Amino acid sequence: MKEIPEYEKDIASIRTMMERSAKFISLSGLSGVLAGTYALIGSGIAYYLIQYPLPITAYGQESIQQPSVVLKLMLIGIAVLVASLVTGFWLSYRKARRHNTSVWNETSKRLVINLMIPLVTGGIFILILLYNNHYGVVAPACLIFYGLALIQASGNLYEEVRYLGYSEIALGLISAVLPGYGLLFWAIGFGALHIFYGTLMYRKYDR
Amino acid sequence: MKNPFENLDRILEHRVRLQIMSVLMANDSYDFNSLKEIIGITDGNMASHMKALEKEKYIAVSKSFVDRKPNTKYRVTERGRNVFKKHLDALEELVKQQKK
Repeated sequence: MKEIPEYEKDIASIRTMMERSAKFISLSGLSGVLAGTYALIGSGIAYYLIQYPLPITAYGQESIQQPSVVLKLMLIGIAVLVASLVTGFWLSYRKARRHNTSVWNETSKRLVINLMIPLVTGGIFILILLYNNHYGVVAPACLIFYGLALIQASGNLYEEVRYLGYSEIALGLISAVLPGYGLLFWAIGFGALHIFYGTLMYRKYDR
Repeated sequence: MKNPFENLDRILEHRVRLQIMSVLMANDSYDFNSLKEIIGITDGNMASHMKALEKEKYIAVSKSFVDRKPNTKYRVTERGRNVFKKHLDALEELVKQQKK
């Protein structure tokens, strides 16, 4: 028979084990901040490409009708995505090593699968939209599917990720009502929101 | 009032076994190496605790091969889930009584 303080320790260890085993704690808030920064840079380049010298709030339907512009936008989008993923992996790897755990474990595997289902579905759907020249709803579709992916994955991440997901979906729906302002919403959703939540998570978990 | 000590589970009184069960309660399934890493004990130690839990039918094992390497996955059984819940309730009851 053990003493009472030992039983209290038992309860505490149940809690930490449940937390630690289900959450992928190696994700760094800094990844979010940097991904947001890349997205803002990408949006800036896209703005100069398709809209300049009109103000960013101007309705930009006409400018993306040319195929060459669409291609350039896709390349910028892919560059931002790749840079964000590489940064995310690298920072997670670094944080995992600092905590003496491995990045590739049961939890991160589950996390990747949970993320991939809505993301791949969204990706294919967006390619279909592009193929059919429905450019106006591409940005909203990006935001909505990304938001769904985040909510799906948030069970294995910090709770802030869930709120980021809700924000992305809300923003995506608003953006769908205002199709000419896709770039602006894309910059807010992938740029500003990432930086905001990334900073929040960095201050809470990384320091 | 009945004595909460009676509701404590003999097998789960051991901290490592309790930790293993906690991980399996929070996740659908978990593999041997990830479990070992998260709890932070040696291979042999881990194996003997897994055996004990398996023998009591608190956990179920499934073995498969991933890239020709054996991959052993554990999941908690219905019996294990009930025992764990009862044990946790008893722990909480004990601590609560102590604070009165």
